[in-house]
Amino acid sequence: MPMRFSPQEILETIRMVQMENLDIRTITLGLSLRDCAHPELKQAAARAYDKICRRAQRLVAVAEEIEREYGIPIINKRISVTPIALVAESSDGEDYALMAQQMDRAAAEVGVNFIGGFSALVQKGETRGDRALIASIPEALSTTERVCASVNVGSTKAGINMDAVAALGRIIVDTARRTASRDGLGCAKLVVFCNAVDDNPFMAGAFHGVGEPECVVNVGVSGPGVVAQAVKEAGDADFGQLASVIKRTAFKVTRMGELVGRAASDKLGVPFGIVDLSLAPTPAQGDSVARILEAMGLEKVGAHGSTAALALLNDAVKKGGAMASSYVGGLSGAFIPVSEDAGMIEAAASGALSFDKLEAMTCVCSVGLDMIAVPGDTPPETISAIIADEAAIGMVNRKTTAVRIIPAPGKKVGDFVEFGGLLGRAPVMALNPLSSAEFIRRGGRIPAPLQALNN
Amino acid sequence: MTTAEKSNRIIVTVIGQDRVGIIAGVSSVLAEAQANILDISQTTLQEFFAMIMMVDLSKATVPFDELKKRLNRLGETMGLRIDAQHEDVFKFMHRI
Repeated sequence: MPMRFSPQEILETIRMVQMENLDIRTITLGLSLRDCAHPELKQAAARAYDKICRRAQRLVAVAEEIEREYGIPIINKRISVTPIALVAESSDGEDYALMAQQMDRAAAEVGVNFIGGFSALVQKGETRGDRALIASIPEALSTTERVCASVNVGSTKAGINMDAVAALGRIIVDTARRTASRDGLGCAKLVVFCNAVDDNPFMAGAFHGVGEPECVVNVGVSGPGVVAQAVKEAGDADFGQLASVIKRTAFKVTRMGELVGRAASDKLGVPFGIVDLSLAPTPAQGDSVARILEAMGLEKVGAHGSTAALALLNDAVKKGGAMASSYVGGLSGAFIPVSEDAGMIEAAASGALSFDKLEAMTCVCSVGLDMIAVPGDTPPETISAIIADEAAIGMVNRKTTAVRIIPAPGKKVGDFVEFGGLLGRAPVMALNPLSSAEFIRRGGRIPAPLQALNN
Repeated sequence: MTTAEKSNRIIVTVIGQDRVGIIAGVSSVLAEAQANILDISQTTLQEFFAMIMMVDLSKATVPFDELKKRLNRLGETMGLRIDAQHEDVFKFMHRI
């Protein structure tokens, strides 16, 4: 029987995996906890623990089996659950950290490194449960290892809840203070969204949305190294050709996600949700989104032209990836987290990349101001104002934006914070020192934007 | 292409410095497991030697995991990287 693939095709795949860090970034099991609500918080937490342990029991073993069978590394196995504000609200308790602690135990029990969904959706206003959840975030994140929190504060249809934005500035500073011995690590597990999506498999912002089924498998692909190599090999191709090269590469990378997603769904007996087409970097050399932009001809990321380069990259990845999968969803775009990308770290440390340029770049990519360390003495109102700016970008442009910012206790501009592992390290970046306090103090809601007259 | 119509074919790749006995070594591990070699080709990957085999496991007496371990071990003793992957990986990436 003749070989059904050419040696070149086979070696291309091998090269992508072994030399260019192609991997499946995450298999995330989305799990509804809606049926865990109980009048007693303790009972609700116990039910959540039991359900997570029961339903996610085989997740890690199945992922490892797929990894061996196909020879594709699957870096993370994770769980996302119903926003906990919805689950805990019908209970008598106020301190939802208890829920987080049981989620943490369950995650440890089944062997996943993160569990997302300590979340509230408050774009238009807050219920008692939402308020209790937000107030519990600092305690939850400082007493757990694996739990990730997120709050959706705005949407294109609802506008921006500025009361929640103001509260989250204080919550972030408090979370940093309570995890001060680890450079404010708690804040690395807290994402503030505008237009949050229901089926995002990536942490820290993953939660299992209310329109989702009981249980679902979502897959996040990666492969910045593969795209960077393809861009380098394209030489001095013009932008049209460059976009084609990226599309072709994104297609191949996404096919791996599709294969793994279907296999996981099959083996777990759980429906396949979506493939998230994101380019997710890690601090490892050769796994950087910044390097792709630099391979396009920028001296360093942050140079003028960075926003245009990122726009091209982001769009080409989506176009190529969308063809490769039957269901695309999640965040789907290029991530530019500062601390998790070797090229971004270098650019920020050398001063090539400023906070303002980063904000501009978030207008054209997924997801937002991500993993950015700022001075520990940053006022909460300034953090809130940063969130408001980023949410405004998402609201007006009908896209997801997010803020994951770390006011590193005791650190000044130029110092480094060290989180280790996938969360990486980041230089503390300078912010505009002027006050936004009066603006944030106003409270209320920024109305939803007009959806016509689009110029 | 669904996982339902799953084939039993795997692709074995050997990458490293060329030396005497590579094919013999790999073939004997496969033969011991009753795994049938359908095709072999050789090429170079950058400066390295690369051998690719398509292997049918439908009559194999050893589970895939175990065969993969044996091949990995052989690779270690020969100073080569030997890997085995299900053919679906290549089918998904290179065929629509």
